[in-house]
Amino acid sequence: MEFLRPATWDEALAAKAEHPTALPISGGTDVMVEMNFDVHRPSAILDLNRITELAEWSGDGETVRLGAAVPYARIIEELSGPLPGLALAAHTVGSPQIRNRGSVGGNLGAASPAGDSHPALLAAGRDVFVEAESVRGSRLIPIDEFYLGVKRNGLEPDELIRAVRIPVADGPQQFSKIGTRNAMVIAVCAFGFALHPKDGTVGTGIGSAAPTPRRAVEAEEYLRGVLAERGLWESGELLGPEVVRRFGELVKAAASPIDDVRGTAAYRRHALAVMARRTLTWCWNDYRKQIRSAA
Amino acid sequence: MRVTFSANGKPVEADDVWEGESLLYVLRERVGLPGSKNACEQGECGSCTVYLDGVPVCSCLVAAGQVQGREVRTVEGLGGEDGELGLVQQAFVDAGAVQCGFCTPGLLVQTDALLASDPQPSDTDIREALSGNLCRCTGYEKIMDAVRLASARTCSAEVRK
Repeated sequence: MEFLRPATWDEALAAKAEHPTALPISGGTDVMVEMNFDVHRPSAILDLNRITELAEWSGDGETVRLGAAVPYARIIEELSGPLPGLALAAHTVGSPQIRNRGSVGGNLGAASPAGDSHPALLAAGRDVFVEAESVRGSRLIPIDEFYLGVKRNGLEPDELIRAVRIPVADGPQQFSKIGTRNAMVIAVCAFGFALHPKDGTVGTGIGSAAPTPRRAVEAEEYLRGVLAERGLWESGELLGPEVVRRFGELVKAAASPIDDVRGTAAYRRHALAVMARRTLTWCWNDYRKQIRSAA
Repeated sequence: MRVTFSANGKPVEADDVWEGESLLYVLRERVGLPGSKNACEQGECGSCTVYLDGVPVCSCLVAAGQVQGREVRTVEGLGGEDGELGLVQQAFVDAGAVQCGFCTPGLLVQTDALLASDPQPSDTDIREALSGNLCRCTGYEKIMDAVRLASARTCSAEVRK
């Protein structure tokens, strides 16, 4: 095994081009578990810790460009304003020690259906892009095209994740996750939800209940239609139990979970409907408060 | 490969390090610092917690090659030069927060980090800070006592200054 330690991003891209099977490591919270248990022995490890710009983020008020290696602890501390859903999801990752090392880039690279970032990224909208780069150039992969299968993503073998571009929240966002305790839990299932009042849409993300993280498309469309037809964005009236229930049912229907050590498929479906109802209610209550205080 | 870094303020060097080896293994088996404990090797238990450039991390999840040229501080670095116990260590002894002792090194480092950023944490803050450190003996109550004691002593030490 080789240990590659590029000092710059260009060196990292050159190393990945030369060693396409090299496994990138940053926080190591996934990679080292596989190494310690000898689950996976790559031909080379590509350490990204020396590339300081990967741990930086920038924003222009509309979009946050989140460096692939910004640790979850800093997302919670520095980005809970512009990226509230992702910050909430980040808070449920592992423990303080894990959050000091783990990052969204790692979650995307591993592409586990149970990664905590994914539901929040999906819920943040369709304009979330993974910035993938190689010696051949840079491209933006829409989040809806990124997750291809269990632990498979849309990266080419010579590509590395440079950053993720996420629209700044224009409405309330929530994240909910089921586990046996609060800390150190791999999600039994998780749900991210966001209201996007500017374009009158809503965002959803289902975690740990399908081969990939996925959006509940019909649930989004249903709610978008109801909010528009009934003028609810403007009035801020209550949604009513029937809308909330129907939304939960559609989220549940969008999942295709399996029975495994963490829970049964039936439990996951049930829990998703509950989480969908709760996160919708929390967000809508926050939105109503916002428009009332603005009025 | 060879890895050189700073451990508790002193330069250390390890040779013949396997590329997939963890910082924890290097500390325990190659540079004579067995204070950090090896329990789960998957970041679940916190027994191997050390400071890496001032940030508490699970040393079992850091690849040895990643610490090249960086600063590591382990539980051994919390005490004085003469072997005198540090404030957090003494509080754990005084509160009886140590039974088998396997989780203790990680709890000490994590508590040290907590009190450095917040000398007067609430019980909720303490539980949150220690949520990644598992103890299978004491049931955590004595550990909570120890952190509260360390907090009180940290604050009174600051008043005396």
